[in-house]
Amino acid sequence: MTIASVNVRPRSGSAVSGFWPVLRRMVSRPSGAIGLGLTLFNVVVAIAAPLLTSYDPATPNADTINLAPSFEHWMGTDSLGRDVYTRVIYGGQLAMMVTACAVAIAVTWGGLVGILLGVIGGRTDEIAMRFVDAMLSIPWLLFLLLMVSIIGGGAWIVVPILGFFYGISIIRISRAAALQVSARDFVTAARARGESLWAVVTREVFPNVADILLVEGAMQWSWMLLAFSSLSFLGFGAAPPTPDWGLMIASERSLLAIAPWSVLWPCFALSTLIVGINLTADALGKALGVDRAREKPT
Amino acid sequence: MLRTILRRFGFAAFTIVFVSGVVFVSVEALPGDVCTAFFQRYAQGPRLERCIEEQGLKNPAIERYALWISGAFQGDLGTSLKKRRPISDLLAERFRNTVLLASAAAAIGIPLALVFGFWAGVRRDKPADLVVSTVAMLAMTIPEFVTASVLMFVFAISLNWFPAVTIVPPTASIADLLPNIILPVVVLAFVMTAHILRMTRASVIEVMTSDFIQMARLKGVPPRQLFWRHLAPSALIPAVNVIALTIAWLLGGVVIIEQVFNYPGVGNLMLQAIYDRDLPLVQAIALIFAMIYIVANLLADIAMVILDPRIRTAKETR
Amino acid sequence: MTETTLIEIKNLTLGFTSRGGQERPILRDLSLNVAAGQTIGIVGESGSGKSTVALAMMGYLKPGLKVFSGHVVFDGHDMFEISEEARTRLRGGSIALIPQDAGQSLTPTMRVGDQIDEALRLHTRLNAEQRQSKMGEILNRVRLPSAQDIARRYPHELSGGQQQRVVIGMALGTGAKALLLDEPTTGLDVTTQAHILQFLRSLVSDTGVSMVYVSHDLGVIAQVADRIAVMYAGELVELGGARGLLASPAHPYTRALLASIPRLGAKVIPAALDGFHPIVGEDRQGCAFVARCPIAQERCRATVPAMVDVAHGQAKCFYADSDGMEKIEGTPVVSTRKDEVAVEADDLAISYHHRGIIDLLLGKEVPPDTVARVGFSVNKGETLGLVGESGCGKSTILKALSGLKAPKHGRMVIDGQEIPGRVAQRTLDVIKPLQMVFQNADSSLNPRRSVREILQAPLRLYFELSHQEMETRCEELIDAVRLPKTYLDRFPGQLSGGEKQRVAIARAFAAEPELVLCDEITSALDVSVQAAALLLLKQLQEMRGAAYVFVSHDLAVVRAISDQIAVLYQGRICESGPTEAVFRPPFHPYTEVLLGAILQPDPDAVPRLLADDVIDREPPSTGCPFQRRCSRRIDARCDEILPPPRHPETGHVIYCHLETDELPALNAVE
Repeated sequence: MTIASVNVRPRSGSAVSGFWPVLRRMVSRPSGAIGLGLTLFNVVVAIAAPLLTSYDPATPNADTINLAPSFEHWMGTDSLGRDVYTRVIYGGQLAMMVTACAVAIAVTWGGLVGILLGVIGGRTDEIAMRFVDAMLSIPWLLFLLLMVSIIGGGAWIVVPILGFFYGISIIRISRAAALQVSARDFVTAARARGESLWAVVTREVFPNVADILLVEGAMQWSWMLLAFSSLSFLGFGAAPPTPDWGLMIASERSLLAIAPWSVLWPCFALSTLIVGINLTADALGKALGVDRAREKPT
Repeated sequence: MLRTILRRFGFAAFTIVFVSGVVFVSVEALPGDVCTAFFQRYAQGPRLERCIEEQGLKNPAIERYALWISGAFQGDLGTSLKKRRPISDLLAERFRNTVLLASAAAAIGIPLALVFGFWAGVRRDKPADLVVSTVAMLAMTIPEFVTASVLMFVFAISLNWFPAVTIVPPTASIADLLPNIILPVVVLAFVMTAHILRMTRASVIEVMTSDFIQMARLKGVPPRQLFWRHLAPSALIPAVNVIALTIAWLLGGVVIIEQVFNYPGVGNLMLQAIYDRDLPLVQAIALIFAMIYIVANLLADIAMVILDPRIRTAKETR
Repeated sequence: MTETTLIEIKNLTLGFTSRGGQERPILRDLSLNVAAGQTIGIVGESGSGKSTVALAMMGYLKPGLKVFSGHVVFDGHDMFEISEEARTRLRGGSIALIPQDAGQSLTPTMRVGDQIDEALRLHTRLNAEQRQSKMGEILNRVRLPSAQDIARRYPHELSGGQQQRVVIGMALGTGAKALLLDEPTTGLDVTTQAHILQFLRSLVSDTGVSMVYVSHDLGVIAQVADRIAVMYAGELVELGGARGLLASPAHPYTRALLASIPRLGAKVIPAALDGFHPIVGEDRQGCAFVARCPIAQERCRATVPAMVDVAHGQAKCFYADSDGMEKIEGTPVVSTRKDEVAVEADDLAISYHHRGIIDLLLGKEVPPDTVARVGFSVNKGETLGLVGESGCGKSTILKALSGLKAPKHGRMVIDGQEIPGRVAQRTLDVIKPLQMVFQNADSSLNPRRSVREILQAPLRLYFELSHQEMETRCEELIDAVRLPKTYLDRFPGQLSGGEKQRVAIARAFAAEPELVLCDEITSALDVSVQAAALLLLKQLQEMRGAAYVFVSHDLAVVRAISDQIAVLYQGRICESGPTEAVFRPPFHPYTEVLLGAILQPDPDAVPRLLADDVIDREPPSTGCPFQRRCSRRIDARCDEILPPPRHPETGHVIYCHLETDELPALNAVE
């Protein structure tokens, strides 16, 4: 209502759009290039795993127990005589699939509910956010453990649990973004014009929060991998004899002194994947001009 | 200010009721009950009946919830199915150990995080910042059990400086515990430092770009004074909040780290309880962890209200 | 120059380096002197580089900028050559910046007194006791009441005006020789602005400090400056004594700028400048203004003109001395009012307050309604202007009409049909004739939709059109707002501010409305573009016969385009009637205050301050809404009883306890 002087200010971080420009911007920083490289490498290796080895990842072999790295077994063998290299390249498959599904669930439901809350606003929003905040005040691992102790563990059983729980933190973010967008006059204009709620959400608000959801989904993927491998480590995720990094670390841990390779290689592989995705998400955010650093802690 | 604090208290109370509700209801939603879940396919005969009797499962759910909550506030958390002892006794002997672990980690991590967070923030995008930020990013993203395993390999197995796993009982004296605690504390402090550091750095950077810092520079305030009088107080306020939030992580991380090092704490007890399908014990620990977190958050909120003159005196001018 | 020169800028060129390594200048070859004790006003549109000049005077560059050539000398120091420590000593000591938003510039966690004390400690050799007494002296000098109390407060506990005085006081206390003021009154109400300007003038005469006053508003500059520097696209285009420059501008840009400012005295839409301000840092060969200049010749495109002497100073134009430019005339406004009523509102009351649980617990009372007893009627083809300061409820009334905020009670009638309060309860038939244009076109267009999609939204909603018909309508609309058809494929980010507002207007007219609600639609635009937008609105009204409710804080703008005016204070109508009657005596005391505070680009038209610049946060629960600030308050009657309507002539209503012949009659206009 006051005189708003027009300040010309260069667009923050000069965001770009379109697939190739975004990609180019992402790899223009070393951290983005490293992140994207690590992520792609892990994905390709996981998909092409059967082509990269002649051993079977699950069948035990009593003749080759705890062998040190050698020409036949590049990364040695584990306590059941399986080739560690083979298990390591297979070891990301399950975790990546499970968490990708969980991310899809989380972004879909969290994004939808968050945007609706942000657009509707008022009392509904206020009350719903109390519940969201309360849910988020349960430490994440505790929540997951409580759920698996009731429902039971298992790789695919944790998908809806992870999806549900991480969706809640996406509600917060998408709602905050939608609230900001809704405060802008083009949404007010659409409302005053008599557009339906659905049209406001899909045509006006969603296109303006899609970037944020994309970046947030990528970021959540890295946290979700961390959560899933933690669950596997504790024995509630992947089940033996599935090759899975978290599980491999847990089951070979007692032999750390005798056969460290069967623990340290999965440790390394898991770290590269999570770090890679995290860096990629960060670079994506910077390229799209989504400023994650400014987000207030939940 | 009174209004703000009242609000925070109201919300904390609501959260405790809600979270305890979630913990209670999610167990109620089980097919069967805690006793059948415990005995699994042996759930029959007098053993089951005695269990149902002991756990008071014949009463309606609402009544049991009320009893559970009121009991919890009086220090009675029910009886463990597996160990057949009062849960409060079980917790009591391990709670000290976990507190020792967590507070040692916090005592190291928080000052470290603040120092490095400010340092990196002030030197944004310079080599020092890049190193600190990268290390923090790695510490945050690499799972605790990976960090722990690697440290264990290096310091316990290769160098043989510390014991790899704890072999003392939960009731051991603090002196006996101390050598066992070093590696877990290092891992915990490492990851905690990373979380707080990142947020502190972000908040320093935000304050650095604010108009009042530019103004103070233009006023001719020398750098040291600029930092201590103008920048630090404003940048510290959000950091207080993050410290409280990190406790959520700390409580989760404790479970894993206690498991890795076989440390006799509450998190370790909880995992055992889950393996044993001892649901009353799981519920009790979940409730306690949530309460700690909620109280920590409440304290941080109140600290913010007191620290920040904008919130503290907001109502007085109206 | 006879006086001593305090600040000297010599051939300064500064800018940023592009990714490709090219130098992109923001300021080009700029030379400017400021004498001791003198006030210079730097005026220019957004992007002209005026703030950058001010910051350069204290040797400060925004991050990313670099000096390419030239010097800035302040008080004998070459500001870009001396060491950082020496610069730091000068800043805040001898030369101080007063930023636009003083509130953001004070450290929020430090008490005001501590911040002043810090400045004194850094730049004076006083001991603690002397500093204490100096602080009281300073706070008195900047006319802040009860110095002790103010010093103990935190910045957020002060009003905007008080914060600004604190910042100024801080500069004065350390013996500053020059104050750099960057748009210090932008965003403030007219009355507050007038008070601050008066304060600054007295400051100069009391202390002899030099001031550099940066503003986009020539009306403001005219009030404070001895000399005026006109900036355009990073260049100084004209420089001279304020009186002479305003009376006989030499540069075509200055002339056009002056002509584009709406004047209170004349009921015309001022002449607009065509074209756009060049992009910051772009390549350029000839004169900066060439693209928009009415008298541009071939050589203006090829070579940069030099500064030439004119009567009042200097101008950067080949034809500065020629009389080839006739006086630029505005467009007279013709009323298109018809006899049919388009919209009527009756006894509207709107409230934003509701009591929460905590309010109930703490025993808070619900404050009076934000808007109350508002009624008006607008005919087809007519424009109703709603004027008042920020917070007077004028935008809230538009929200009620558009259904975004349901009124507590009252009637709204369109085409003889009463309409429901909330947009959700209205049918599309009711919504369609009632469209809205927002203040900020930046935010009223979805950045992720092309102009075509933006225009299609109302078409799809209200009409059943084939794909082809839709396209034809889009082309008609974009044409109607004088934009090329190729713009349909652009996104809002690719448009200038004025172009965006045109698209927003086109979108409103897509619905073929009978009533268009205009909420401060020109106030975010540069003056030179504002005139064009006003003209477009008027032309569309002639073509389509729509009625407007035009909300603005700018009396001159409202006068130019309205048939009727309602003056609002605290959500209540003080005075309403035909435009000419409202601008003719007698006045409501508040209207008199508003008219008195108006600034014209004329140093002789000094504003009269008739009320304190205290801001009422909430309307009083009883009596006249203006009671707390009125200089003509009679007695308790004003506080307790609603003022009765006075009718000086037909259709003209003034709500005041004063009799018609006692009402203020000073001839404020003409």
